[in-house]
Amino acid sequence: MLTSGIILLEANLLSPNPGLIFWTAVTFVIVLLILKKIAWGPIITALEEREKGIQTSIDRAHQAKDEAESILRKNKEMLAKADAEADKIIREGKEYAEKLRADITGKAQEESKKMIASAVNAIEQEKQRALDVLRNEVADLAVMGAEKIIKTALNADLQKKIVNSMLEDLSTKRN
Amino acid sequence: MKRLNVLQPKVLLKVIAILVPLIVNVGQLSSLSYAETQAVPVEVVGEHAAPAAHGADAHGEEKAGDVIMHHIFDSHVFAFEPFGEIDLPQLPPVAGIDISITKHVVMMWLVAAILLVVFSIVGSKYKNMGARQAPKGLANAMEALVEFIRLDVAKSNIGHGYERHLPYLLTVFFFILLCNLLGLIPYGATATGNINVTLALAIFTFFITQIAALKAHGVKGFLAHLTAGTHWSLWIIMIPIEVIGLFTKPFALAIRLFANMTAGHIVILSLIFISFILKSYVVAVAVSVPFSIFIYLLELFVAFLQAFIFTMLSALFIGLATAHEGHDEHEAEAAHH
Repeated sequence: MLTSGIILLEANLLSPNPGLIFWTAVTFVIVLLILKKIAWGPIITALEEREKGIQTSIDRAHQAKDEAESILRKNKEMLAKADAEADKIIREGKEYAEKLRADITGKAQEESKKMIASAVNAIEQEKQRALDVLRNEVADLAVMGAEKIIKTALNADLQKKIVNSMLEDLSTKRN
Repeated sequence: MKRLNVLQPKVLLKVIAILVPLIVNVGQLSSLSYAETQAVPVEVVGEHAAPAAHGADAHGEEKAGDVIMHHIFDSHVFAFEPFGEIDLPQLPPVAGIDISITKHVVMMWLVAAILLVVFSIVGSKYKNMGARQAPKGLANAMEALVEFIRLDVAKSNIGHGYERHLPYLLTVFFFILLCNLLGLIPYGATATGNINVTLALAIFTFFITQIAALKAHGVKGFLAHLTAGTHWSLWIIMIPIEVIGLFTKPFALAIRLFANMTAGHIVILSLIFISFILKSYVVAVAVSVPFSIFIYLLELFVAFLQAFIFTMLSALFIGLATAHEGHDEHEAEAAHH
């Protein structure tokens, strides 16, 4: 152990060697310059470009997502608006239809009432007229019966018979 | 049941306590018999070796130490042990500096070549690739590391304006990482296990840090920073401390990387040489091989860790030198009042 320590010291492990320093410097500088030209330049520009590319892709993706979201929102809004519109239209249509129906039925009822009223009127008139006619007829018949009674003997039975026959006549005639 | 459970580890320990000395002794016996059959007139090595055998013992250990140091040190020879070795060319010194090519220089050039080949392939792939395409294979693997250095090391430590320092940080990371890893393959040498290499890299960090600080604060701000915003009467203490602080940071970087890479190799080699020193197969199988495999795996982790730490601390120093503008100004103002 001791000897190896002495060897370490004797063999001047730490002794400077300017020639080696010189060659190291020369070799290193040449390698540095050549690598800078042929390797580090292209590699680092490529890496930076890729970094930028990835960043822009991410940005673009985010932008596209935002855009898509806004479009979706707009679509939803439009859809909602269209729904509301449709609802409104349907409601209005229904209301209009309701109103129209009410109007029509109202009118129809009025019309029918009017017609009924006029029919009743007409019936009343007809009835009045028929009654008038009947009254006249009955009066004539009564006059005719009276005439017959007077013409035949003043027999009570006969009279009764006459009146009865007259009434029967009347009834048959009427029928 | 409970009693049994308590007893079991104790029994196990006893068994181990009996077995281990037996195994070790058998190993020593076998080596002893081996030594005797070889008719070597020296007492056998081991902890109980007599002082008379100290010469041989010391010789063996010295040899082990030599081999270990040979593996760690820089040299002018690239050895491929059983196949021979390559003598590296010795260049004449320029301006009093010996600039001959050494083993570590060759390793660095190997690293540089691998880096250039790998990254020229990756770079051309990126050039041909659109921004919408995903990378595959090698490019993808490298991108993970590059992205890690870019975001987790540079961006998080330097903050604004980190792009300017990115090429340096990336290069230093991959350079150190590959130097560390190539040191772990057979016949490889760890260039980053040499203080000169790490010092040179740390000097780069030092200059880049100071230039970044000068650019961020200007000369006046840089000098004001040396006073740490204290009262002028403290400047005589603060300025030397701050100036020393400027140098200790890269110095620590250099020492940390060098020591970590060297220590791992020394530990692996020492573990292997335990079996040679004790001349026991049992020790080799039971201690040296498993432990050195464990340390080797640890070294793989340390290779990544140290490359990361060097890069991380470089980024941190640059970040510290450039940031806190408002804070420092505020402090300086407070000091004036």
